[in-house]
Amino acid sequence: MRPFVYEQPTDISAAVALASNFTTRDDQPTRANAQFIAGGTNLADYMKLGVAEPNRLLDLNRLEEQKLRQIRVTEDGIRFGALVRMGEAADHREIKERYPVIAESLHLAASGQIRNMASLAGNVLQRTRCEYFRETSWACNKRMPGSGCAAMDGFNRQHAVLGGSTACIATYHGDFAQALIALDAVVLTEGSRGARKIPFAKLHRQPGDTPHIETDLAADEIITAIEVPALPWGRRSLYLKIRDRESYAFALASAAVALDLDGETVREARIALGGVATVPWRASAAEEVLQGKKLDDASAGAAADAAFAEAQPRQHNAFKIELGKRTLVRALLETRDMKV
Amino acid sequence: MSQPSASHVALNRRNFMTGTVSAAAAVPLLGSPAKTQEVTQSRARLREPVVTTLRINKQRHELSLDPRTSLLDALRDHAGLTGTKKGCDHGQCGACTVLVDGKRVLSCLSFAVMNDGKEVTTIEGLASSDGKLHPMQQAFIDHDAFQCGYCTPGQIMSAIGCVNEGHAESENDIREYMSGNICRCAAYPNIVAAVLQARGETRGA
Repeated sequence: MRPFVYEQPTDISAAVALASNFTTRDDQPTRANAQFIAGGTNLADYMKLGVAEPNRLLDLNRLEEQKLRQIRVTEDGIRFGALVRMGEAADHREIKERYPVIAESLHLAASGQIRNMASLAGNVLQRTRCEYFRETSWACNKRMPGSGCAAMDGFNRQHAVLGGSTACIATYHGDFAQALIALDAVVLTEGSRGARKIPFAKLHRQPGDTPHIETDLAADEIITAIEVPALPWGRRSLYLKIRDRESYAFALASAAVALDLDGETVREARIALGGVATVPWRASAAEEVLQGKKLDDASAGAAADAAFAEAQPRQHNAFKIELGKRTLVRALLETRDMKV
Repeated sequence: MSQPSASHVALNRRNFMTGTVSAAAAVPLLGSPAKTQEVTQSRARLREPVVTTLRINKQRHELSLDPRTSLLDALRDHAGLTGTKKGCDHGQCGACTVLVDGKRVLSCLSFAVMNDGKEVTTIEGLASSDGKLHPMQQAFIDHDAFQCGYCTPGQIMSAIGCVNEGHAESENDIREYMSGNICRCAAYPNIVAAVLQARGETRGA
């Protein structure tokens, strides 16, 4: 591992000032000399592998602002402090009752130990586990821009069928992010150029020609909170995750679904897909198909077809299209049948 | 139970490889409260060791560490507590599970310096001073919940964390919330039985 200087800023402005001092305006957060660490479950792993090489680590765990560690559920929605750990949010009674899709997306992610460590903001920023990204001897446009993509014609069973480009098809593996994008969450940040509110859907960037640019964040910008607007019908929601094994694995396909029903007719549907796309993936086309329709096998199937209409499989991951459709159909019907 | 470095007397292979230092080698602690201005002009330099104080199994250890040292390597190679095992070293197997401030975490994915001032409990800290095993340790023996035993310290620490989190209410619960601990000997049914036996006596332990 590359040697690094370890720093413990004591408040947000000190953390931003430190980061500003040791990064430039054009630095990508994942490639900058100075990088933030919270839970460390993703960054420590990638530093050991030589994928991440900061020479200065800014530990955010000693920041004194208590709001960073708090969850507030009100009539206006939820405010998650950035340093809240996944396990705490997953076990939060009101979130389990009022927004099951959020609680389940956290509960079904990672393991008990990792959920105790990983912060919510760090979780949404987790980087892909593409095998060719993880192992530095392979060509990877995300890790080393311009070097090529070994996954394209390699063993790409885990890779994305939606949102890819000729430069990169690495999957975004997170679960929580699917619940957040489905519920129109907003990310609050602070940086040297001031505070921002970024719609969750604008936080991550599809790879395009620049897969090394993963998010909209600057290198000296810190996520301070994640806000989810109130969703009165959020009780009728769930997260369905399909994996190679029952637990502690990334999704092959997953669906975050929330439904506002009038009898069996859909007033509004919120749908996001995990395990199949390069970024957190809102399936707007599927939502439109369902609007005003009776939710049954046929309309759920039509929505799933719409969700994957643009899918582009490679040699080993074509199964994800069928699996992803069936996952969504099952999630829609199970959500319809929830007793709320 | 291993003792802090001051009590090391005999030179054996393990002691020889242990890099624990005395307090005399201490350099000023980083990260003490300071104004923003001072923080941005940090004097910290590359390759400078950082003194980190850990309370491990209720004993204070002051370790001078390269910031790259994982909590796992600090426990094993610096504090001499080799009960915590290194499996994958990448957060995929759970063998390195310890409790930090009472919560189970993966010591391989945590830099030791980030745990300054924290209370760490390892497998060596479970038995009482008269040698009586922790109920979870006893339950693993009673149910033959291991074969090779390499994953066992991590399984036991994780099981205690699992019970204390309130996630051992049913067999399914235990299987789900213990899924971060891999056992290649596949002693899973016996591990579940052990956790069920010990959960009543473990809460708050």
